Amino acid sequence: MLLTIDDLHKSYPGAEGLVTVLDGVSLELAAGETMALTGESGSGKSTLLHLAGGLDLPDRGRILLAGTDVAGLDDRGRARLRREVVGVVFQQFNLIPSLDVGANIAFQARLAGRHDAAWCRDLAARMGLADHLGKYPEQLSGGQQQRVAIARTLAARPALVLADEPTGNLDEVTAASVLELMLELVAESGAGLLMVTHSERLAAAMGRRAHLARGRVA
Amino acid sequence: MTRAGLAALLSHWRRNPLQLFTLIAGLSLATALWSGVQAVNAEARASYDAAAATLGEGQFAQVLSADGGAVAMADYVALRRAGWLVSPVFEGRLEGVRVVGLDPLTAPGGLGPVELSAGAEVGSFLGGAGQVFGTEEALAALGAVAPEKVVAPDVAPMTVLTDISVARDLLGTDAPARLLVAPDQPLGRPPLETVAPGLTLRAAQDGSDVSRLTDSFHLNLTAFGLLSFAVGLFIVHGAIGLAFEQRRLMVRTLRALGMPLSRLVWLMAAELAALALVAGGIGVALGYLIAAALLPDVAATLRGLYGASVGGALEFRPVWWLSGQAIALLGTGAASAAALYRIARMPLLAAARPRAWAMGAGGGRRLQALAGAALLALAAALLLAEGLVAAFALLAALLIGAALLLPALLDLVLRAGAQRAGGPVAGWFWADTRQQLPGLSLALMALLLAMAANVGVSTMVSSFRLTFTGFIEQRLSADLYVSATDADEGARLLAFLEPRAEAVLPVVWVDTEVAGLLAEVYGVRRDPSYPENWRLLVARGAPWAAVFAGEGTIVNEQLYRRAGLELGAPVEVGGGARLPLVGVVGDYGNPVGQVIVGEALFARLHPEATAQRFAVRGDPAALRAALIEEFGLPPAQIENQAALKAFSLQIFERTFTVTGALNVLTLAVAGFAILMSLLTLAGLRLPQLAPVWALGLRRAALGRLELVRAVLLAALTALAALPLGLALAWVLLAKVNVAAFGWRLPMYLFPADYARLGLFALVAAVLAALWPARRLARTPPAELLKVFANER
Repeated sequence: MLLTIDDLHKSYPGAEGLVTVLDGVSLELAAGETMALTGESGSGKSTLLHLAGGLDLPDRGRILLAGTDVAGLDDRGRARLRREVVGVVFQQFNLIPSLDVGANIAFQARLAGRHDAAWCRDLAARMGLADHLGKYPEQLSGGQQQRVAIARTLAARPALVLADEPTGNLDEVTAASVLELMLELVAESGAGLLMVTHSERLAAAMGRRAHLARGRVA
Repeated sequence: MTRAGLAALLSHWRRNPLQLFTLIAGLSLATALWSGVQAVNAEARASYDAAAATLGEGQFAQVLSADGGAVAMADYVALRRAGWLVSPVFEGRLEGVRVVGLDPLTAPGGLGPVELSAGAEVGSFLGGAGQVFGTEEALAALGAVAPEKVVAPDVAPMTVLTDISVARDLLGTDAPARLLVAPDQPLGRPPLETVAPGLTLRAAQDGSDVSRLTDSFHLNLTAFGLLSFAVGLFIVHGAIGLAFEQRRLMVRTLRALGMPLSRLVWLMAAELAALALVAGGIGVALGYLIAAALLPDVAATLRGLYGASVGGALEFRPVWWLSGQAIALLGTGAASAAALYRIARMPLLAAARPRAWAMGAGGGRRLQALAGAALLALAAALLLAEGLVAAFALLAALLIGAALLLPALLDLVLRAGAQRAGGPVAGWFWADTRQQLPGLSLALMALLLAMAANVGVSTMVSSFRLTFTGFIEQRLSADLYVSATDADEGARLLAFLEPRAEAVLPVVWVDTEVAGLLAEVYGVRRDPSYPENWRLLVARGAPWAAVFAGEGTIVNEQLYRRAGLELGAPVEVGGGARLPLVGVVGDYGNPVGQVIVGEALFARLHPEATAQRFAVRGDPAALRAALIEEFGLPPAQIENQAALKAFSLQIFERTFTVTGALNVLTLAVAGFAILMSLLTLAGLRLPQLAPVWALGLRRAALGRLELVRAVLLAALTALAALPLGLALAWVLLAKVNVAAFGWRLPMYLFPADYARLGLFALVAAVLAALWPARRLARTPPAELLKVFANER
């Protein structure tokens, strides 16, 4: 199993004491499988994604990623995991504003020591970014920026792609084309995909769906 | 991974060259001011060292004639025969050059710097025509009168060194000016007074008189250098803080993509260190230019003020180059430590959107204000402490405390303004200005320090000038000063002058010790010019009448403070006599104590002392003509009071040039800080200004309001800087000077100067705000609309 999440708990301090966000979540995702994570705002979808990607630590419970217990790793170990095993696509793109498109796409692959220039060029071409490689993120539209973010993630060939509402900032037509491309490329690479989304239509395009409500899988 | 991370970090500077410029320019300017001042100081000190090494001043005990004249050769021979290891020094001036004759076989310091120079041969030095060593400038000034010339750069400026026989011929004298006493003397040698009763022994000093005097000037410059560097550091702190804040998004992304935090922090630290080294290098080069521009004035100032000879050209010294680089690195380290700490502690999922770097939590601002208040309280407590360290600690606590307290003070004023605001735009303006305060506070603190330093240092220098001018009036109250070359000529001069002048006042003194301190006892003739011109700091009864009657003594302030004397208490006046203290006189720029007694008593106590210098009142032109034509006195031995006073004032004008130049530079640095803060804030301000624009305020109006805001904040800061600057001046005059040199300078106020400085600060603020305001006024509407499109 690529990802195993078992009895995960997470709380954050709020104005009126601790707010429980995840209250015993368990799920599994195999390599090559795609799963939509749905739920209302504040149901804990993004928190679950962050925990799965080693961006944050759970209060209780276990996360096994490619056989490694994420909660047992120190900061350096979790950084290596994010670099080499996981790829995260953020809703706000999180591109590096001072690097041009080409450098942004190659960036994570270079960090992971898996830079393949031909694969990067291929990804850029298929994402429709070939003519924009010398541009900077601020010169691109929202859809183009998100395609750069997806290409950056896939360029590193991660085993697990985590996507946090990757089309949340895009119009419907652009969102559909971006998603189609992402699913196609993920399928080609054999990676697992866990995607947070509000959209029923997007969720329907995924292989499986887990719905979060009040901190649990409903 | 490291390469990719570093490339990403560096790409920020490539895309934000203005920020990189701010950082490097701020650090360069700070280093330049620091190293420029250090270079001037180092160069001057090196010159003193050369002078001390050449002349043996301070290093060795010396035997001098008690009457201030030359030492008789017979006395020298008698001392050598009695076992005293002394060496003669011939000394005099020729063509404006100080000619020093040493005996290399007996001089305790050998030939000083000449031994190190190429071309020095003892045989040639001693024999025949002999060699004369000096700098090219000194040798050129000496002209053809010198025999074989050897260039020796280590010899003090405008001084030449030669063998005693050559010096004797050049100067036309047969008697040495003084005798150097070797540090190791044979035991059991007879005391000086039995071998040569007319001679006195002056003990070796830790520092020469010259260096002790010039220290006051250096202290002034060093304090200025430190203040300027502190102003520069505020800019660097601001620039680094902003750069880090704007890269929060990048830091978060890098970490999310797998870059370990520790590697990231190290990379950022290394990046900053590299930038600091580059900026430090530029700063040292700029400092060299500043020093090269200022040094001729400093040299002239020191030479005229204290007689210290300083070369007018600057040498590149590795020590201050290294110290400049070190201070740039340390400054960057101090300015970036907090930012690096924040990055190291920043949770990976912290909000990544850039925000104004200093928009810290209210708690942080309160803590800063509390720290400022605590430092001011510490400064108040240090008022009671004594000593130089306490005085400098007081200075530091006062300046840093006031700077830390400034944002809270401005916030109070702005809050009061907001409460009185009439219309909606005014209400928004005051509220928005308050919101901008954290982002601008570092630049405003820099402006506060720069202005306070300006007010403080110019008040000190101006007070010094006024005091010194008054002092010159007091001490040069006679119309002419006439010098004799020996006691016999002195007696003839007195007889010649007395029937021709209104009054002739002999200047006669002996060296002695009072309360264990080196002091000079002066005998003064009964004359109204003393009570009329000499301003006493404290006195009791009729002090001058008591002095003339031999019933009391007046001492200078240094002796009064250092020996802890009290009015009415007895003071040693030499010869075993003690007189009650009846007054204290200000005596600025003199390191040794002075004791003034009546002429008759002085003659009884010190019969060996003879007057060789006379203050003369009368028609200066007629007296001068009579002295030259009838008496045959060389014109060089007659000094005109008006010329002396003019010369002294000219020296102060040069001092003003130096401090004035540094003032302008410091203010320019503070203006630069405001400009950079406003420019960098401008981008972050669009989300705040866009809604106001959308609600109907034109871009031009927004630009004008930005200008008004900068002027308002600068004006409020200037108002706060005035009392701080005056407090700084008071500490320098009444605490630091007393602790360092023993005299307290009275403080004068110069309201017109302060008003002019305030105007300069406002102009600097307007100039700094003009560009960002213009940019804002011309921001395309599309840019403002992006705020609402959530694309920022």
